[in-house]
Amino acid sequence: MPEWKKPLPTISGETKPFWDACRQGNLLIQRCGSCQEYQFYPRGICANCWCEDIQWVTASGRGTVWTFTETRQNRTPGFEEEIPYVLALVELEEGVKMFTNIIECDPKEVKIGMAVEVTFVQANQQVSIPYFKPAA
Amino acid sequence: MSTVDLTKAAAIVGIHEHVTRYAPDKSELQIQGESVIKAVEDAGLTKDDVDGLLTAGNIRNSGLNLADYLNMYPKMVDNTTVGGGSFEFHLSHALNAIAAGRINCAVITYSSLARSGGISVGTGGVARFGHPRLDPSPDSFEELYGLTTVGLYAMIAQRHMHLYGTTSEQLAEVAVAMRKHASMNPEALFRDPITVQDVVNSRIISTPLHLPDCCVITDGGGAVVVASAEMARNCRHDPVWVLGAGEAVAHQGAGKRDLQFIAAKQSHEPAFAMAGVTQDDIDMAMIYDSFTITVLETLEDLGFCKKGEGGDFVSGGRLQVGGELPINTDGGGLSSNHPGMRGIFLLLEATRQLRGQFEGTPRQVPDCQVALCHGTGGALGSRHSGGTVILGKD
Ligand SMILES: [Zn+2]
Repeated sequence: MPEWKKPLPTISGETKPFWDACRQGNLLIQRCGSCQEYQFYPRGICANCWCEDIQWVTASGRGTVWTFTETRQNRTPGFEEEIPYVLALVELEEGVKMFTNIIECDPKEVKIGMAVEVTFVQANQQVSIPYFKPAA
Repeated sequence: MSTVDLTKAAAIVGIHEHVTRYAPDKSELQIQGESVIKAVEDAGLTKDDVDGLLTAGNIRNSGLNLADYLNMYPKMVDNTTVGGGSFEFHLSHALNAIAAGRINCAVITYSSLARSGGISVGTGGVARFGHPRLDPSPDSFEELYGLTTVGLYAMIAQRHMHLYGTTSEQLAEVAVAMRKHASMNPEALFRDPITVQDVVNSRIISTPLHLPDCCVITDGGGAVVVASAEMARNCRHDPVWVLGAGEAVAHQGAGKRDLQFIAAKQSHEPAFAMAGVTQDDIDMAMIYDSFTITVLETLEDLGFCKKGEGGDFVSGGRLQVGGELPINTDGGGLSSNHPGMRGIFLLLEATRQLRGQFEGTPRQVPDCQVALCHGTGGALGSRHSGGTVILGKD
């Protein structure tokens, strides 16, 4: 496996279930057992009603591009080599947005509203990272 | 909730802009120190009059280190650092402390050596590879994807274009207006006029933003002295009153906020309510222009035009001196200076305009009575702050 030059996540107690699931090919988000609201990024409390009854649920992995940009300049190692790449905010079917890259797609083809689905790239033995690609 | 009337409880009485755009031989503390001394002198006050110290930046030039450097013992220290708009928050906080009788006089100051330090403010990527982004990620769900500051504004521009048909040419109008103003400012970094075509034909940094849609990178600094009404009456210049102030943050909202509405949407209402004025009363505005899209979104969410109509609003010379709403008459961050956090320069130029400092030259906004400053810090696409202050003459 080639060396992963891009940043890796800092996995904490709060987020370990998320990264464990990514290794299995599942995208987890959180839902509050009290107010039933979904939230992302994962955190140890419900940001909506301020309770601690947080449950992990498996997202469908489907969503649409809410917005995006084709990055033409970034001197950060790992990203510089991939220019141009697409940074996007994807809105999941469950209604929460997450940052991602749109991969397996010509940047010129990316459009707001485009249907996408999650795909995972193994960064190393411990970490797989969720990305999105055009929906099949 | 009972409220104290804060309008005209404090005024800007002294200003200084460190005119440097490149100062590799100075320290950040030195630029702050020199700026503080000259701003206090501009007010006609002395070191002993100042009992509040407000600054934003890093740990090296925090209020603690700065008080040490200046050998002062302030009764109030405020290091609020919420990105480029921090200084509008500082003015709001100084107003509170003065109105409450805790202090009589505060100095707000800032410096940065972004340019001589070789810092890629907009495209340098994430914290672990050098200079941190202005709004570091709170966790690990962002930096994995190669976010840049430019990219986080570009995404909002892309969405604005999608929803409202805004064009690159309309965004370019903002850059053209700022360059025109910079041509009247001898200290500005870039002073040669540009056209809309120049902007849209230039290199793209992050779609849809071109290089001239992005602010410059410079060194720089400055200071603002704020005093109680009583003290202000006895200062060298006529007081520039703080009429109103409002503070807000905006963020992802646990993944559910419509990011097309920025913090200005929340911060402007309390500021206008406190000041007792409306958008029609504003003679000129200093609008944080990290990127052209920042100006367009800010003008919409401050209520100068309807959501989605920003593209038309910024066109046709409206933002230029002589237009309906002149903004950033110093040339702004897009052409004059941007040392990382530009909010202090908004207060400086608005004060100059209200003092009538450019009377008899094209830079002066005629009969300037009321000015608005809105600072945006962080990134529109992830999380940012918005501080609105409204300033006025007697
Ligand atoms: Zn809840």
